Amino acid sequence: MPDRVSIRIDGELLHARLGQTILEAATAQGRFIPSLCHLKGLTPVGACRLCLVEVAGIGRLLPACTTPVQDGMAVTTRSDRLDRYRRMILELLFAERNHVCAVCVSNNHCELQALARRLGVTHVRFPYSFPKAGTDLSHRQFVLDQNRCILCTRCVRVCAEVEGAHVWDVAGRGIGSRLVCELNRAWADSRSCTGCGKCVQSCPTGALAMKGFAAEEMVKRTETITRLVEAKGVRA
Amino acid sequence: MGHTIQIHHVTRIEGHARIDIHLNDEGRVSSTQFHVTQVRGFEKFTEGRPFYEMPAITARICGICPVSHLLASAKACDAIMAVQIPEPARLLRELLHCAQFIQSHALSFFHLSAPDLLLGFDSDPAARNVLGLIEKHPEAARDGIALRRFGQQAIERLAGERIHPAWVVPGGVNRPMSVDVRDQILSELPLAHSILRRTLRMFKSMLDQFPAESEAFGNMPTMHAGLTDLDGRLQIYDGIVRFIEADGRPAGRIARPLEYSRMIGEAALPDSYLKAPYFKPRGYPEGIYRVGPLARLNVAETCGSAEADRELAEYRQRLGRVVNSSFFYHYARLIEALWALERMEELLHLPEILDRHVRAEAGVNALEGVGIIEAPRGVLIHHYRVDERGAITGANLIVATGHNNLAISRSIQQVAERFLENGRISEGALNRVSAVVRAYDPCLSCSTHAFGRPAFRLRLLGAGGTVLDER
Repeated sequence: MPDRVSIRIDGELLHARLGQTILEAATAQGRFIPSLCHLKGLTPVGACRLCLVEVAGIGRLLPACTTPVQDGMAVTTRSDRLDRYRRMILELLFAERNHVCAVCVSNNHCELQALARRLGVTHVRFPYSFPKAGTDLSHRQFVLDQNRCILCTRCVRVCAEVEGAHVWDVAGRGIGSRLVCELNRAWADSRSCTGCGKCVQSCPTGALAMKGFAAEEMVKRTETITRLVEAKGVRA
Repeated sequence: MGHTIQIHHVTRIEGHARIDIHLNDEGRVSSTQFHVTQVRGFEKFTEGRPFYEMPAITARICGICPVSHLLASAKACDAIMAVQIPEPARLLRELLHCAQFIQSHALSFFHLSAPDLLLGFDSDPAARNVLGLIEKHPEAARDGIALRRFGQQAIERLAGERIHPAWVVPGGVNRPMSVDVRDQILSELPLAHSILRRTLRMFKSMLDQFPAESEAFGNMPTMHAGLTDLDGRLQIYDGIVRFIEADGRPAGRIARPLEYSRMIGEAALPDSYLKAPYFKPRGYPEGIYRVGPLARLNVAETCGSAEADRELAEYRQRLGRVVNSSFFYHYARLIEALWALERMEELLHLPEILDRHVRAEAGVNALEGVGIIEAPRGVLIHHYRVDERGAITGANLIVATGHNNLAISRSIQQVAERFLENGRISEGALNRVSAVVRAYDPCLSCSTHAFGRPAFRLRLLGAGGTVLDER
């Protein structure tokens, strides 16, 4: 069986390695597919649904981050429908929690904000739910602000897969889902947290941040996580 | 039968307000009320936030003087961290504050009040605005815009943004000043200097044109409060809050910020979202005091810079050691802007201001912190309580316009009594009622700007509460 397959992305014929996902194949060719939960080096989960693409012959949309390429596959990454859905997903993310960019530690360095700008989200059509989301300020170095969490689970995965501590999990259901530390402990009371900060560096928004950083000061180093994974060979 | 005049809304102020003037059966003013008609809720919705976010959040209270809130908030956070910030950071914060004083005072004088002063209180209301000013007095309008730009540009050069910069942080500032920025600001000082000299000359030459206004624009004995250093010199970033009597005798002082509530009480009013602070030892409402440029120059012995001190001496020669007419807020404002400019020059020439150590780092070392500064409009107090993790459990903010609330109300009454004739509101009288509010340069919202149409509404109510006239 050949280890290379031929696929079409937006009409262009490309070669990809068998076993690659659509997102990996597209990214390797310098193409952009929006995503928030994906971080190179961590197991893809297809949670944010921003990378949904159209695949010819399949009636439903498929997440590019978890769908492996197949020989002869024809993928569409940009269409009016996809643009509309992606904008709607972002709007729903903004409406679900309390995202106040102006005073956020990650303002101007936030993946959610950058994506909204790139995809042309100029306003949110849905009523904001203004949940009382809370913060965990108990840790000496870091802070968790649920108001800014989009439940991408990058922190959950990086902690479990790379650090091996598995401090983070998601509790609850649906819109009531919350990131929890161990079995819903205060972060400072965690028995497994090593204080490595990988969760903070992986977080795409200001939900996990260094303590004491003022507005606009938190710049995440997601590429460090990817390099670390590649260096350790945690995942092929 | 008596009635009430209502001014809804007051124009050329920052924010929204309404004035009610109640008349008795003889058509004389029986009482006046100054209503601030918006609620902001900052003290409540910041509960639970990490304390170090407070400067960025509270700066959003105001788009005109965000720097004031940034600084007061950062000082309160410094107190919670229990750190003494590096000296270069203290100097840089003061430099930023001086730039803000200049831009804010320029806005108040030229953009908001000059239409009354240069075009006349009774001039055509359709043209009595900054556009009318551009038409009739283009030089003054140009000066105003250039002076404000100087201040705003200095803020941008130092802090990265003109409005809501993220530069001021708990523990200091987040980057040092470069030599280029210092040199740029220094090169722009002479232009601003010449504008201020020219404007002061012009204003002094006009003083005689407003005998009635000088006499009746909040001309009343009240206490005054302002920040000075130990030697009595004018201070805006740090110092002791001194209270003086209307005749200049010392009345009290706040030497430790945490003890502010021993001197200042806050009364909640039934008909306004703005509380009325008062001097506690004297009780409410006898403890009325004023803050802002007029009060600061009354409280300070000297400005502490050569040219501003010469102007201050002339000011006192003309008006006395303690000036009690709020009309002269304008005059005091110009002298202060001149002082701020001289202070900027002095600060920029200090070698240590370029030092690269500009931030102290610490966690929560005190569960309570108070930051007091002088905003352009007067004393500004930020008071936070936190739990041991650093989450805000309580916040109390006392803004300059609050301190002046009682004085503004009383000034409105005085102007209404002096300029209303037989229960009729002439347009000029109406404008004077608004203008006396403008003299205090109140910041009510503080982030919305009224422009063009009156942002003040005036209602004339009968003794039975019926609306007889409305403008």
